[in-house]
Amino acid sequence: MKRSRIALSVLASATLALGACSAGSLGSSDEDSGGGKVSLSFLVDNAPETVKAAEGLAKDFTAKNPDITVKVESRPQGTEGDNIVKTRLSTSDMTDVFQYNSGSLFQALAPQKNLVDLTGEAFVGRTDDNFKTTVTAESKVYGAPFGNFFAGGIMYNKDVYTKLGLEVPKTWDAFMANNAKIKAGGVDPVIQSYGETWTSQLFVLGDYYNVEKASPGWAEKYTKNQVKYATDPVARAGFDHLQQVHDAGYVNKDFASTKLTDALRKLAKGEGAQYPILSSMITQLVTDNPGSENKIGLFAIPGTDAAKNGITVWAPSGVYIPASTTGDKLAASKKFLDFIASPEGCTSFGNASQPSGAWAVKGCTLPDSVPQAVKDLQAYVDQQASGLALEFLSPVKGPALEQICVEVGSGIRKAEPGAKLYDEDVKKQAQQLGLEGW
Amino acid sequence: MTSRRPHLFMSVAAILLSVVVFLVPFAFILLTAVKSRQQASLLDFSWPTRFQLVQNFVDVVQARDYMLIIAFINSTILTVASVSILVVLAAMVAFALQRRRTRWTGLINFLVLSGLIIPPAVVPTIWVLQKLGLFRTMPGLILVEVAFGLSFCILLFRAFIATIPRELDEAAIIDGAGPLRLFFRVILPLLRSVIITVVVVQSVTVFNDFVNPLYFLPGDQNATVQLTLYNFSSQYSTQYNLLFMDILLITIPPLLMFLFFNKRIVAGMTAGAIKG
Amino acid sequence: MTAIVEKSSARSRTRAAGPAGGKRAKSPYPHWFYLPAAIVYGVLFVIPTVTSFYFSLTRWNMFSSKFIGFENYVTFFKEPALVSGLTHTIIYAVVTSGLKVVLGLGLAVLLTSQIIGRGYLRSVVFFPVLVSTIGVGLTFTILMDPEDGLINQSLALIGIQGPGWLTDPSYALLSVALVDVWKGVGLATLIYIAGIVSIPQEYFEAARVDGASAWQNFRSIVLPLARPATFTVILLSLIGGLRSFDLIWAMTRGGPGFTSDVIASVIYKQYQAGFYGLSTAGNVVLFLLVTAIIFPLSRFLNSKEVDL
Repeated sequence: MKRSRIALSVLASATLALGACSAGSLGSSDEDSGGGKVSLSFLVDNAPETVKAAEGLAKDFTAKNPDITVKVESRPQGTEGDNIVKTRLSTSDMTDVFQYNSGSLFQALAPQKNLVDLTGEAFVGRTDDNFKTTVTAESKVYGAPFGNFFAGGIMYNKDVYTKLGLEVPKTWDAFMANNAKIKAGGVDPVIQSYGETWTSQLFVLGDYYNVEKASPGWAEKYTKNQVKYATDPVARAGFDHLQQVHDAGYVNKDFASTKLTDALRKLAKGEGAQYPILSSMITQLVTDNPGSENKIGLFAIPGTDAAKNGITVWAPSGVYIPASTTGDKLAASKKFLDFIASPEGCTSFGNASQPSGAWAVKGCTLPDSVPQAVKDLQAYVDQQASGLALEFLSPVKGPALEQICVEVGSGIRKAEPGAKLYDEDVKKQAQQLGLEGW
Repeated sequence: MTSRRPHLFMSVAAILLSVVVFLVPFAFILLTAVKSRQQASLLDFSWPTRFQLVQNFVDVVQARDYMLIIAFINSTILTVASVSILVVLAAMVAFALQRRRTRWTGLINFLVLSGLIIPPAVVPTIWVLQKLGLFRTMPGLILVEVAFGLSFCILLFRAFIATIPRELDEAAIIDGAGPLRLFFRVILPLLRSVIITVVVVQSVTVFNDFVNPLYFLPGDQNATVQLTLYNFSSQYSTQYNLLFMDILLITIPPLLMFLFFNKRIVAGMTAGAIKG
Repeated sequence: MTAIVEKSSARSRTRAAGPAGGKRAKSPYPHWFYLPAAIVYGVLFVIPTVTSFYFSLTRWNMFSSKFIGFENYVTFFKEPALVSGLTHTIIYAVVTSGLKVVLGLGLAVLLTSQIIGRGYLRSVVFFPVLVSTIGVGLTFTILMDPEDGLINQSLALIGIQGPGWLTDPSYALLSVALVDVWKGVGLATLIYIAGIVSIPQEYFEAARVDGASAWQNFRSIVLPLARPATFTVILLSLIGGLRSFDLIWAMTRGGPGFTSDVIASVIYKQYQAGFYGLSTAGNVVLFLLVTAIIFPLSRFLNSKEVDL
């Protein structure tokens, strides 16, 4: 008797659960309720600042267009997020509007096939030309800028610099000379944070302005497989630098486990003097370490020639409309993009999230209250000493660069074999893209 | 069981060791979950300078439009439905497989083991789900979890069905029971302790599954609890206090379920072992 | 329940694998019992897997695919991380399953004996199984921090300079394996407890009459009669170990550099990089490797089971 009751209850719970399925999709019903109202879904990455900015934009946009509501969804960052975006695009299951990287990652989305061509839209005329090239495929524009330009450079603690009487270095030798003094002063000269591997790449990626200055057109040759990191001493400098700071003992002792958050704290507290990182991280640094906005400066990765030194810049990510968005939603989506790429949009964005660099929309200005590092970046831009990073000039970017940089920067592998390994890594990517000459 | 009086020394040693090995990490999660963001970012094992239990809890629950609540509903449905189906289907297969040896047995064994071995192919699975109109639906994800979990459950059931004597089947058949009656009335009830094991293990697996919901049921409004972890951990900036609060909250349901079933496991086991 | 256990112990030995009633025209074990499971499994697992074999022969970027024959396999075997990944995979699988068998059995024996706080211990050993892999990975990454981590700070108190568990290339893989054991040993213990508890009590009574020691009990009753449980634990943890990457991914992402990369994480990285064809080819390679190890082993273990 008892047994049959158990069997029954198992069955019953199974059927109950099945019946409940449909109730469960309650959570997944996101259809708009008609009545002239349009509801847009907007997919962004889950960095807190991105989500804040996206929600700010959505709110202000709806305030202006009460008929259109925008619902923000988030996805993971990094390669996992890339996969989600690609999967959803390829299955025509993308949100109505989505935010994603510009440059080489944008190119990998097969924009001609998957995205709506926005070339004729009014906002394109208001968009910064540099940014425009990063969301253009076969001379058609596909995106509106989301946020600010940022740089890959070296953030430094100005207090440490003042105390030791140092000057911002323009050449690698000057940088190493500074490092020696900083070390003698009892501070870690260079902070590295291989606990988050992506942060290891700055010496290589942030050096691109110097490479381009030394051999103009390098990116194009690189795309055609005519130059390589291992065989071109100028390009290899990034890997050499990584090895040098490690071999000279200029790196913080716990570099292998340090995370971004720790590294920013070390820099803010002056436990470390310099940190090669993306300038946009200043927002987090200031949030986590209140009162440090004017203590931290930014300089470009030093090269060989002081006169030619300049900073490598990353374009903001773009907001795109997938080809699967049609009808009313398409019209509403275009309106939303128009708002994002307008001075009002910049204001809305800036209210939600502290701007960390120049806007990519004409007519937008930075408030005076921005942190010192952002002002330093702006100075490079004003002096025409800035250029886009390699990933915006060439579609070729190997996925294993961060691991290779960690190996070179931790002394597991030397610079030259490291560069060589990266060249091999890149080959797969180029073949995957079907580029000529690989 | 094997001896009558408790080993005092062993007991003390085991308890002390268990505290160090198993409780300290849990205490760490707990402490970090109630710290302020600044203190949590130090990631050390220290007493919180300020207790923010309520505030962190509210922050986590409220984050992204009460996503955690929706996620809990979704995860519960997913877990209950897929585990119930799994138990019945896997037990049926295991029963037939263990009892009847035919030329298919080899193939079926092969398929079962394959399911355990082969890493599932994500994109083709999405493609199939789309053809069936099940992609991005809860039933679709439930069936995916069933498909991926079958092998494990079949193996577990098969091992235990082997310990049930065939005489029992024969007695039931002589009494005129058909296959369904034999299975549901005689065999399934005998599997109670294994069923509890399967339910506990699979519920935890499905509830803690992270990859499958990510791909087969995308979208924030469909989020399961594990996906909410992504809200608080991210590549660029990390709020460890909220992250650990989230870990803490989503660990509670499996914990409760275990505490509930734990007694049953023990009861079921002692019924079998001591009275026998 | 009582009656069954008695019957089982009394008679099942004498007629081990007797074919009872299976050969009649209308079997009590009909084939359609497979049907519901077969449909779900076939549609959502077999079909995608078979199509992926085709995709492994293509250059596939989610939006289009181009047939390129075995080029992906050639590339995969040229992958610098693969050879080391292969060794890491085997080390990881052997270490985790070995430890799970030994510790799981030990704990199960302990937790079925008369011991104070048995309920508490059973719960606490099982507890890590309940926490999600990401949660465990994250927590231990922090505990294993070489400078601020609790483990090394505690070791420093007794004068030991702990290694960089996850940051030293020579320890990273083993550290993750240990965490894997920490998380998974509860399950192994549970399987063993179920196995030990199902051993008929009269064996122990007979042994007690003969004046057997605890060790003799263990050697000649528990060990042989818990053998099915051992096989389950070995197979499951070996397969889990060979395929495992989520914990490795959560803790080291295969790092530092490539020093804790296993095949599954190499595949995953290629998948993430958008090399779907290449990654699918990697899947096939992994599948073949695991098959080459598991199938013979499972056949061997199964044959032992019948002999019992």
